Amino acid sequence: MSRFNPDRRRLLHALGASTALAAAAGIPGTSLAAVASKRGKTIGHVVVVGAGFGGATAAKYLRKWSDGAIEVTLIERNKQFVSCPASNEVLGGNRAYDSLVHGYDGLRKNWGIRLVHASVTGIDADKRRVRTDTAGDFAYDRLVLAPGFDFIYGDIAGYDAKAQESILHAWKAGPQTLALRKQLEDLPAGGTYVLSIPKAPYRCPPGPYERASQIAWYFKTHKPGSKVIILDANDKVISKEKLFLGVWESDYKDIIEYRPGWNVVAVDPVARIVTSELGDKERGEVLNLLPPQRAADIARVAGVVNVNDRWADVDWISLESTAVRNIHILGDALQAAPLMPKSAHMANQHGKAAAAAIVEILSGREPQPTLMANNCYSLIDDKRAIHVDSVHRYHPEKKVPLVVDGSGGVSKEPSVEEGLYTRAWATTMWKDSLS
Amino acid sequence: MPNDFLLNKTRSHFFNQGLAMKKTALAIVGSLTALAALAGPGSTTTPAPGRTPYFAANCANCHGTDGKAASAIPPIAGRDRAYLEESMKAFKNGTRPATIMHQLAKGYTDEEIAILAEYFAKQK
Repeated sequence: MSRFNPDRRRLLHALGASTALAAAAGIPGTSLAAVASKRGKTIGHVVVVGAGFGGATAAKYLRKWSDGAIEVTLIERNKQFVSCPASNEVLGGNRAYDSLVHGYDGLRKNWGIRLVHASVTGIDADKRRVRTDTAGDFAYDRLVLAPGFDFIYGDIAGYDAKAQESILHAWKAGPQTLALRKQLEDLPAGGTYVLSIPKAPYRCPPGPYERASQIAWYFKTHKPGSKVIILDANDKVISKEKLFLGVWESDYKDIIEYRPGWNVVAVDPVARIVTSELGDKERGEVLNLLPPQRAADIARVAGVVNVNDRWADVDWISLESTAVRNIHILGDALQAAPLMPKSAHMANQHGKAAAAAIVEILSGREPQPTLMANNCYSLIDDKRAIHVDSVHRYHPEKKVPLVVDGSGGVSKEPSVEEGLYTRAWATTMWKDSLS
Repeated sequence: MPNDFLLNKTRSHFFNQGLAMKKTALAIVGSLTALAALAGPGSTTTPAPGRTPYFAANCANCHGTDGKAASAIPPIAGRDRAYLEESMKAFKNGTRPATIMHQLAKGYTDEEIAILAEYFAKQK
């Protein structure tokens, strides 16, 4: 180690690189160096759109890893963060809703991130500017887009704006979480709750199965005779299959009915009946429909949706869009790598990978591939949980992260110990992403 | 604010030329940067001296930022370096039972485990 500290060395690198780049571009390097020194340590401005698990984490780690040399503006339309992870517990009556709600003050105070509460209405990739509805325009050196997903409501006939008022998804935590909990509380004992699952990929692969388990636990303890009917467009339980099937058999045998290959294509919101692709019908007092999903609207506005008109493809070293330069994309909006789920844990890891790449790029270095890991816990009652985990390493020939041979797996069985870890994980995730 | 944008825009113009030009420019810069650029992908989770081992943040989701969390999940910040390294290796080779770490540890090389142990042992 030289006598220079890492910050100092990084700064010198950045200055050296900018001078050299300027020289290569045929422009006097001295003016650039002068600008940089006058500006102190600043080596660039990054705008992050979307402060969910991915965007908030990227914003924080950009500040942390650049030692404040990268200015970060974080644009988020919501004033508060409401966590999807752990929201199924609220539906089961095992957690207070308020514990899901978090502020963004930590990012501002601890990391000097500029928070802007506004909606992004346009992105000009050529001029590198983001337009918002109420806060004006923002220029960027690099844009991080963490937009999440939007539903394709049109894939379920009858699921129009009016129907959406009473038939909920609760797949984005917030008011719908509370509203669905109320519907479950109001359901008379002996009533039926129907949950539909879209074909993968969708946000949080084990989430619907955890939700069914949480609600079955609630029925078992509070609503005798009530049923949970799962209509799954997939041909099997797509995450922790043996574990969920085992729990349903041992704990919720007369409560949960699981129907694979049941793709909801229509809903009658008045009669509260859903219809499958094959013409089967099912009725429930409480319908909870999850339509198919795609990258959120703002990804379309940015022009980065380039896979099946649904998802955004990226270079897996930098997480930069393969469609538009200088835009890095995170989280659920991505065309995922093999066996990489759309999860909060993964979005957080995407945020770190993108932050690392951007720090390298703005420091004048080539970004290098990093490792990513995933872990999804599911609480199957008030205390016990199961998990699925994986470690993903970039494959230089295939140019995509692949699960490391032999790594990852699932729980041996549900346990109280993992239930404790599940709740610890949620608390730590909120802190790691938001403060 | 407008000034910031103007400056950033000017600067970023030079940072955002084509990849080919960037590579050319990097070659000009100096030996350290050039070395970093030469290192092949896939083998470079090992940081250069003084660089941040970015992948250490993989652990933060459960163990807290820089390994600092007070929860049911064991903290790793400031633990003895050798203890951390040997624990990870024991998880990896299956001699130490766990709910999840025996599966995650298998995702890392012994060299990476040593880097993680050193990083977290240093966190106060």
